[in-house]
Amino acid sequence: MNAILGAPSEAADGPPATALPPPGELAELVAREVARQLAGFRSETERARADLRERTPEDRASIVVFSGELDRVLAAFVIATGAAAAGLETTVFFTFWGLSAVKSKTATATQKGFKQKMMQLMTPGSSEGLGTSKFNFFGMGAVMLRTMMAEQGIASLEELMAMARELGVNLMACTMSMDAMGVQREELLDGLTYGGVASFLASATRSRVSLFI
Amino acid sequence: MSTSILDVRGTKCPVPIVKAKQALDKLAAGDVLEVHATDGGSVEDFKGWAATSRLATLDAQRVEQDGTGATVYVHVLTRKP
Repeated sequence: MNAILGAPSEAADGPPATALPPPGELAELVAREVARQLAGFRSETERARADLRERTPEDRASIVVFSGELDRVLAAFVIATGAAAAGLETTVFFTFWGLSAVKSKTATATQKGFKQKMMQLMTPGSSEGLGTSKFNFFGMGAVMLRTMMAEQGIASLEELMAMARELGVNLMACTMSMDAMGVQREELLDGLTYGGVASFLASATRSRVSLFI
Repeated sequence: MSTSILDVRGTKCPVPIVKAKQALDKLAAGDVLEVHATDGGSVEDFKGWAATSRLATLDAQRVEQDGTGATVYVHVLTRKP
């Protein structure tokens, strides 16, 4: 039968043969298909690269200050100023007890409820009111630590904070914990930024250094 | 190309590197900054800083005595382009 119809004998075990276009047209078809596949591959690679770039650490440092003690906040600012001096884009995120460190000595908030007023009375009114995490003895420990540091020529917390600002460190207050603790913007220092967990994570996921103090 | 001296004697960590960074910011590529510090920790600190920062290279470190007999650690930094 095959011989009579003149079909090639190989077609018997392969798929049925279709008529091939002439060589010139064939080359063009192949070229078009290769270009199509290559473009797809290229855009996929581009997408993967952009995605990777977004998740790769940059020269950044992110520090959470949760604690409101003098020694802990000092450590945070020593690291923050050091990081900024080394060229890292640095963000310090103040949350819960850490908010006391960025309270303004002069500013006062108005229109607070009873619980918020109590909270204000029981937390330090500025960085100068922070106690130590050990041996505070109603503030005596903090006075002693500050005196000892001054005698040694070590920068005070307020000097370090001023230095951090000079170096462009982003000081961010957590708005959720401000609400939780009844802290209003009017009580905090000028020049702060405000944000939530997403703002912190946007910085932290791209940071080489990330600390919780 | 110039050579300037930054006197941070009497200061402690992190002030020497902060002041050095601020001074280097104002310099041009190739300019040399000599940081004079009395903080013994600054020797390792400037090594670490140079490894992290892209601002300058640490070319030399030496120990000197100043007029009062105090030990001074000199860090020689060259501003990068």
